[in-house]
Amino acid sequence: MNLLEVENVTVKADNKIILRDISFTIKEKENYILFGPNGSGKTTIINAIQGIPNYKIVSGSVKFMGNDITKKDIDERSKLGIAMGFQLPPEIKGVKLSDMLKVCLGKKSDYDFNKEEKKSIEAFKLTDLLNRDINVEFSGGEKKRAEILQLIFLNPRLLLIDEPDSGVDVESLKLIASEIQSFVDRTRNSSLIITHKGDILDYMKAEYACVLIEGKMHCFENPRKIFENIKMFGYKECIACQKRIEKAW
Amino acid sequence: MSERNQLKNLPRNILNEAHKAGIDLNENNRSGTIFHLDQSTIYSRINELFKDKLELMDSRVAFQKYPWLEKYRWKLVSRDKDEFTTRVSKDFSGGYFMRILPNAEVTFPLQSCLMISEKNLEQRIHNIIIAEEGSKAHIMTSCVQHQEAKKASHLGISEIYVKKGATLNFTMIHNWSKDTLVRPRSAVTIEDDGTFVSNYICITPVKDVQMYPSAICDGKNSKVIFNSIIYGHEKSNLDIGSRALLNGTGSNAEMISRAIAREGANLIVRGAIEGNNSVCKGHLECNGLIIDKDSLIYSIPELIARKSGAEITHEAAVGKISEKEISYLMSRKLSKDQAISMIVRGFMDVSIMGLPKSLNDEVDRIVDMVANSN
Repeated sequence: MNLLEVENVTVKADNKIILRDISFTIKEKENYILFGPNGSGKTTIINAIQGIPNYKIVSGSVKFMGNDITKKDIDERSKLGIAMGFQLPPEIKGVKLSDMLKVCLGKKSDYDFNKEEKKSIEAFKLTDLLNRDINVEFSGGEKKRAEILQLIFLNPRLLLIDEPDSGVDVESLKLIASEIQSFVDRTRNSSLIITHKGDILDYMKAEYACVLIEGKMHCFENPRKIFENIKMFGYKECIACQKRIEKAW
Repeated sequence: MSERNQLKNLPRNILNEAHKAGIDLNENNRSGTIFHLDQSTIYSRINELFKDKLELMDSRVAFQKYPWLEKYRWKLVSRDKDEFTTRVSKDFSGGYFMRILPNAEVTFPLQSCLMISEKNLEQRIHNIIIAEEGSKAHIMTSCVQHQEAKKASHLGISEIYVKKGATLNFTMIHNWSKDTLVRPRSAVTIEDDGTFVSNYICITPVKDVQMYPSAICDGKNSKVIFNSIIYGHEKSNLDIGSRALLNGTGSNAEMISRAIAREGANLIVRGAIEGNNSVCKGHLECNGLIIDKDSLIYSIPELIARKSGAEITHEAAVGKISEKEISYLMSRKLSKDQAISMIVRGFMDVSIMGLPKSLNDEVDRIVDMVANSN
């Protein structure tokens, strides 16, 4: 079954068209890797899927598990099971990381984390940050880990993650990748992951690669090979020489 | 004036209202309690453990008992300052007199409740607090208009003396109602090495509050801190500020305020620091959040330096809630209203007040309770 169907979507940000007529599909239980040069609109597409107001879908449709969500608000989309990790998450004064994690779990502020949740918090090396204001003076790696753990606690169907491998050390990257992998393995969920560096591919299985360039989405199998080709020949040559998967998209 | 054995014996509907504004009804974690209802002090009791550390009684009783109090009465606030002080000087119904004895450390907060339950009442209060040399104490005052009382006003004079080396932490929670007119007139004087910390919290809607307490830092290394958390909503009119006069060598002032305006609220947030000594330091900080287009925040900071060497700084930011923060919380399954509430509650961050942990948790709990009951 298809989890997400993006059909002929045109997206405007700050009154400028960033993406035109984009179509692609995400199947259940798969990791998708999204490549693309700077400014190609990768962040725009995941923000548009999550429904962030600044990224307006002006035409086309987005269907999630068969529901048309094109006009739905962010919270409705997140309740349906879409969860996005922010590339630059905001700092919110007076709102603690523990408050955010409880919100993600759907619990009230007086909730005590159970054993398993505490274990995850510890594994993400976030125990010492629980009482700190969310993202305020967090390091790059701390922000990333805090984002991903929130997404996991949200227990979504589709994870949208913007550059989980930027600004994190190897250990954190391994942890993040293996958590995403086990999340996809134990459920019928999927992820769409933006990366520049491809490092995350060392630690997770991904069947599909999407390359967003000049406002068009091109999808292929074998992200590792695509990534190597991009490194060697550049984005344009890469998409010209690869065999696209016509059927799935 | 009648005094009863336990706070718990007061009428239930009175206690419920007091509790909502932070009064601890069990009194276990309080060094003393004084309760002024309408025009009389109905309860005053010192916890046994603190009997030899402090004095607590109705101020009218104190003025009779201690003629020397004339040296403290109407000395920091002048009788003819304005129509409100004049009215209190003509007739008043008491108030509280608190005296922390020399070198006494009062580890539990001293609590007071000033409540109005009578319709159309003009409550006129005169409070005196003396923190004697080397003493340390924390006072929590809750000011309440009973929900059944209508159209009342509160005129309160407070004169506070912080003597050599004393530290006084004063937390005031305003829990008035949509038709209360409130005119506190307060001043504090601080001697050598003395510290006065004022924490002001106003979260419930109120018709009109105007106050501008002054701290006179005459002492060497005297210090004053004014922290305010002001949440103006439902057409509240709040004109709130503070003034510090840095006269002593090494005197210091800090003013931190967080102001939120929504639903047609008008907030004027003032702050003035006057550097009158060539060795003094002051910092003023105001953050404001404006939630809708019907509301107003007007921040008026004043920095006055009369001597070279006075070091006075200021930071302010007033604006709307960031859309990105709202989107972020909505992407975590919160509705837009829930997201705004969470940001607003976060903005009313008690930890800016730098209270000791136990007090911080307590004030935080009170803010939660008051915020939730609205």
